Amino acid sequence: MLLRCKLFGKTYEFRDLREVMGKANEEKSGDHLAGVAASSAIERAAAKYVLSEVPLWALYENPVIPYEQDEVTRVILDAVAQNVYADIRNWTVGELREWLLDNRTTDEDIHRAQQGLTSEMIAAVAKLMSNMDLVLAASKIRVVTHANNTMGLMGTLASRNQPNHPTDDPDGIRAEIYEGLSYGSGDSVIGINPVDDSLASVQRLLDMSYKVIQDWKIPTQNCVLSHVTTQMEAMKRGSPVGLVFQSLAGSQKGNDSFGISVGMLDEAYEIAKKYAVVPGPNYMYFETGEGAELSADAHYGWDQLTLEVRCYGLAKRYAPFQVNSVVGFIGPEYLYDARQITRAGLEDHFCAKLTGISMGCDACYTNHARADQNSLENLSILLAAAGCNYFMGLPMGDDPMLSYQSNSFHDAPSLRQILRLRPLPEFEAWLVELGLWDKDKLQLTDRAGDATLFVR
Amino acid sequence: MIEMLTSQQIDTIIDAVVAEMQKQGVTAAGARMSGRAEGALSLDLADITTPAFRTRSYVEQPGKPEVLRALMQTTPARIGIGHAGPRYRNIPQLVFWADHAVTQDALFKEIDPSLLEQFNLFQVQSQASSRQEYLLRPDLGRKLSDAAVKTLQERCVKNPDVQVYAADGLSATAIEHNLRDVLPVIGQGLEQAGLKMGTPFYVKYGRVGLLNEVNVVVNARVVVCLIGERPGLGRAEAMSAYLGYRPQPDSTDADRDVVCNIFNGGTNPLEAGAYVVEYIKRMLKHQASGIRLKLIEQGEAN
Repeated sequence: MLLRCKLFGKTYEFRDLREVMGKANEEKSGDHLAGVAASSAIERAAAKYVLSEVPLWALYENPVIPYEQDEVTRVILDAVAQNVYADIRNWTVGELREWLLDNRTTDEDIHRAQQGLTSEMIAAVAKLMSNMDLVLAASKIRVVTHANNTMGLMGTLASRNQPNHPTDDPDGIRAEIYEGLSYGSGDSVIGINPVDDSLASVQRLLDMSYKVIQDWKIPTQNCVLSHVTTQMEAMKRGSPVGLVFQSLAGSQKGNDSFGISVGMLDEAYEIAKKYAVVPGPNYMYFETGEGAELSADAHYGWDQLTLEVRCYGLAKRYAPFQVNSVVGFIGPEYLYDARQITRAGLEDHFCAKLTGISMGCDACYTNHARADQNSLENLSILLAAAGCNYFMGLPMGDDPMLSYQSNSFHDAPSLRQILRLRPLPEFEAWLVELGLWDKDKLQLTDRAGDATLFVR
Repeated sequence: MIEMLTSQQIDTIIDAVVAEMQKQGVTAAGARMSGRAEGALSLDLADITTPAFRTRSYVEQPGKPEVLRALMQTTPARIGIGHAGPRYRNIPQLVFWADHAVTQDALFKEIDPSLLEQFNLFQVQSQASSRQEYLLRPDLGRKLSDAAVKTLQERCVKNPDVQVYAADGLSATAIEHNLRDVLPVIGQGLEQAGLKMGTPFYVKYGRVGLLNEVNVVVNARVVVCLIGERPGLGRAEAMSAYLGYRPQPDSTDADRDVVCNIFNGGTNPLEAGAYVVEYIKRMLKHQASGIRLKLIEQGEAN
């Protein structure tokens, strides 16, 4: 394999596709930490140039980890529709980029093509996209799912109600749920991260959140984001589970570190179809994040974007109701500052939509990253313009349990107002019924923001 | 910065603050101002980071004010904050900015040298050469610089029962808040138990894993690292104590125990010192720490 180009009279040569893929990335601290980043801006430009001429078949035949050695690779390659792949295998990555951006290329065209794409191809084309390219191309791709309500329709934006509490106090969590609902947050899911991952604790929070949904006839679903095995056990014991959650990694070894496997996820999916308290046909909720594989030493010398996209290839097997990357959570050694977090958030969303899964974003930062509320507000405006399916909703964006900051209960209504977007249709009707949302002006009413509405 | 504002902007700000205070009845709570005339501006505002401002509702005309107060008492999350259009009202926004500011300042703060003098702590540095490099390269924060190895070899007592040291971690502020309480308690507890304590010191740009390297030099039976935690929003004073029994170069988190969230309001610093001493005694008794210690103690209990 010869991978060489010239820029300004100087020759740049790369050993293999792994090196090209790493060096073609926009700069990220995690790629430097892994030793795969370009050593200069011009080397990065050269890698992008070479990558633009790489045919898709070369990426198909050189996955991050060989087929025989990694079950995530097998999931991704086994899902490729060979007839579609045959049509596009000789395209270069650059041709794929221009095709995606072309005004003649429709949502339907992209949905067909994505059946012939692997995660490595999708990651590759993202490396040739500017931020606005990523927004534009993603905005063309709708991925619509349904559990108790309908996610992903053009012109809608959902919000996960994330009512975390440092001691899992059900009264405190319920108060936060009420506050969020009063701002129109909760149409994606009422999703609680528990401190205590034990079965009894998870069951208690499932019961409490489901009761709120039942009492107020809310067209949404609940989820307690514990390890998948705990939720499987809870379902078997009759606990009301709306969505089944798990964090994913992009390699088998990475998933080992999360204590999961494809077999386990297959089983969880079957149990969810049988026991989840939503009509479906989508039942699963996954979270991901660039850098997770490197932190588990399960990255095989590849860059963090490529491994991230492999998570989406795995997620697609389970037709998830929703997926989001927790983009700024992992820390500055992977995404150093607001610029890198913003870039990663846009890449993640585009790549997931091109994979064909319902993608939202936890636009967030930890307190040791060079980022702030302004930068995550910027990212969420960009992503909402890109057609992102949902964001998090937290009390003032501050998670007192996980100690990080994300989008606020106030952000979804602000984005809806700025960009003329609606809550999910069933949930919007419910908000209107409660007098919280003006569906003509697309804004909150004067009644909004008063949690006591939900205390009878 | 006030000088840089036009008088019109100042009027706008004053109008907003006055309106806010009238709505909230804040004046009685202590926010004060006078002299609105141009050229005679005098602002003397109350501390909005105090509980009086944090626990107050900012919802305009809640349906059930007493219920809202009860809801707000169930959680430290920022609920009951009201809204201006779909955005935040002024006071909650200003409090949030202040909270974020203290976490940022803590992260980039250097330790107060007088604290090190008070406890006679000398300072060494990890292989990270700057705060930025420390954040970008966790591996360097787990290694001692050559100069640090040399200094520890020269100044530290070797083969003690217990080596205690402090490191900034992600908040030197946390060390400043807690070291005065924790270190004497540990020292006294070890003395009462007849245990020999090594020479304490301070590490700049240190991460938890550095305790493996420290023990290569000092060869203690138990090593204790007091380290600043990643700041939470508005809370930069939380410290952790990580402990390991005979840490080796390849020891991991699974080989360590931790007393975390040490600050006034979390794990009380004096009590935390006592916990640390208890842990040390258990580690010495069972010659183990981390998961091994847990398994041994579970086995004894059964």
